[in-house]
Amino acid sequence: MSVIIFAEAVEGKLKKSAFEAVTYGRKVADLMGTACKTVTLGAVENAGELGTYGAQEVYNVNDSALNTFDSQVYAAALADAFTQLGGSILILSHSAIGKSLTGRLSVKLNAGSVSGASGLPDVTTGFVVPKSVYSGKATAFYNITSENKIVSVMGNAIKSEKSGNVVEVKDLSVAVAQPKVKVIERKTVSGVVPLPEASLVVSAGRGMKEPSNWGIIEELAAQLGATTACSRPVSDSGWRPHHEHVGQTGIAIRPNLYIAIGISGAIQHLAGVNNSRVIVVINKDPEAPFFKAADYGIVGDLFEVVPRLIESVKKFKSSH
Amino acid sequence: MKVLVCISKTPDTTAKISFSNDGKDFQADGVQFILNPYDEWFALVRGLELTESQGGTVTVINVGLADNDTVIRKALAIGAQDAVRINKAPEGAWDVAQQLAAYIKGQSYDLVLLGKETIDYNDSEVGAILAELLDMPFISYANKLDIQGTTATVNREIEGGTEIMEASLPLVISCAQGMAEQRIPNMKGIMTSKSKPLNVVEPISVESPTVLLRHELPPARKSVHLLAPEDTDELVRLLHEEAKVI
Repeated sequence: MSVIIFAEAVEGKLKKSAFEAVTYGRKVADLMGTACKTVTLGAVENAGELGTYGAQEVYNVNDSALNTFDSQVYAAALADAFTQLGGSILILSHSAIGKSLTGRLSVKLNAGSVSGASGLPDVTTGFVVPKSVYSGKATAFYNITSENKIVSVMGNAIKSEKSGNVVEVKDLSVAVAQPKVKVIERKTVSGVVPLPEASLVVSAGRGMKEPSNWGIIEELAAQLGATTACSRPVSDSGWRPHHEHVGQTGIAIRPNLYIAIGISGAIQHLAGVNNSRVIVVINKDPEAPFFKAADYGIVGDLFEVVPRLIESVKKFKSSH
Repeated sequence: MKVLVCISKTPDTTAKISFSNDGKDFQADGVQFILNPYDEWFALVRGLELTESQGGTVTVINVGLADNDTVIRKALAIGAQDAVRINKAPEGAWDVAQQLAAYIKGQSYDLVLLGKETIDYNDSEVGAILAELLDMPFISYANKLDIQGTTATVNREIEGGTEIMEASLPLVISCAQGMAEQRIPNMKGIMTSKSKPLNVVEPISVESPTVLLRHELPPARKSVHLLAPEDTDELVRLLHEEAKVI
């Protein structure tokens, strides 16, 4: 009756969400008084490091068919691993991969699932998992009543925590089918934390006036170690790439810090960011609706405020 | 090519969200309901574009009671040829996917399209459950889809990039922004939508292993702490010492 965690890797490297999933799974195992085992699929570097986040045992299925993602192949392999390892609760990340797997695995394992959990389960009266719904405007609480249970964890819903030591990775043999979906090419932005995983985000909107003004946004993001994002009008007009668009139609994020610069805060934009832990708004219009959703705000000309903020961040970094 | 597009009815994006006192039920009074935008703008329109250029039909399917017919007729007005409504109030992703699968198993669709998620419960689960029940490949968060013969080429969103994939039909695909542009129904579409077939089928019995107990609204945010445009040092200090995010 173990908690089994699927720790995702991309191109052989463990993802930030994998450490969050292991932290979540270890806490669930503590609540249930049971063991916590982690599974990785395909070629993964340093999988033993998952032990330092609390995984008591780490397994790897080393089969080249698992080096690219196909939901049928992954779901079958994980279902097999879950059964072999005596699983009762399966934890995944609510990521591009996790979103394609949770539903499939709930059928295979006859398990109730909550996808996109925003916090730990309450196990005092069942297995009650919170999840953000209505694009962040409410939280729903689900009780999973089946014997097997699946939870996929929203990015940044839990902070990864060190607990334990590097463990030896054991080989696990499961049935691996040939993928029906062939990955032809992957194009990823290198060197920056992908937006859905970023804990610090600097975002800008139409208030920037033109795309050539983005230098200060990139500079502020670089100084903070943040990822850049933008509003819909900005990506629609081609000023910034589509993958930077956050909001209702773009991607929904929940970083620790979201700095919105020259974005008025239309309800469709807020729907994608209102789960951020702290929101800072910089806008010259004191009536901008975003100020109502903000924790900190500066009413002022962004072309003066942002360069000054960059200097303040530099000063802060040199003294810390 | 036979395309099936799964559509949902959701509260409007700008709707004020509230629940009954016990937190169990969504308060629908005074709320405007719409076709789930991802189903409408991306899945339905791309399905129509593909059949318009290559021949074929688009059927829309919905799980809901008769008051869903308004949004179903809208999908017909946008261009779907016919519609199926499975006659029950939907009870979450598990229920909806089981109902859809039970209907689809007796049919022969080449492509099943749906939005990346609904804007109410944001599960992103129906597509994956459905694909598993139908034993079909599933590609989620697709933002580009082309079909040549029986081969689909699909771009899908992944963290920080795109993955380009190839697979043979039949397929289940969930659709995200970039797939197509919203279409506004024209007068002719609206007129003909009234006479297009809308078949009502009875649901199967489904027991869900997950029970929605209650909802809670988030605590009201404290009002914003405003700083003067000169006070950027103070902002950085607050982010470090008070908010503890840097």
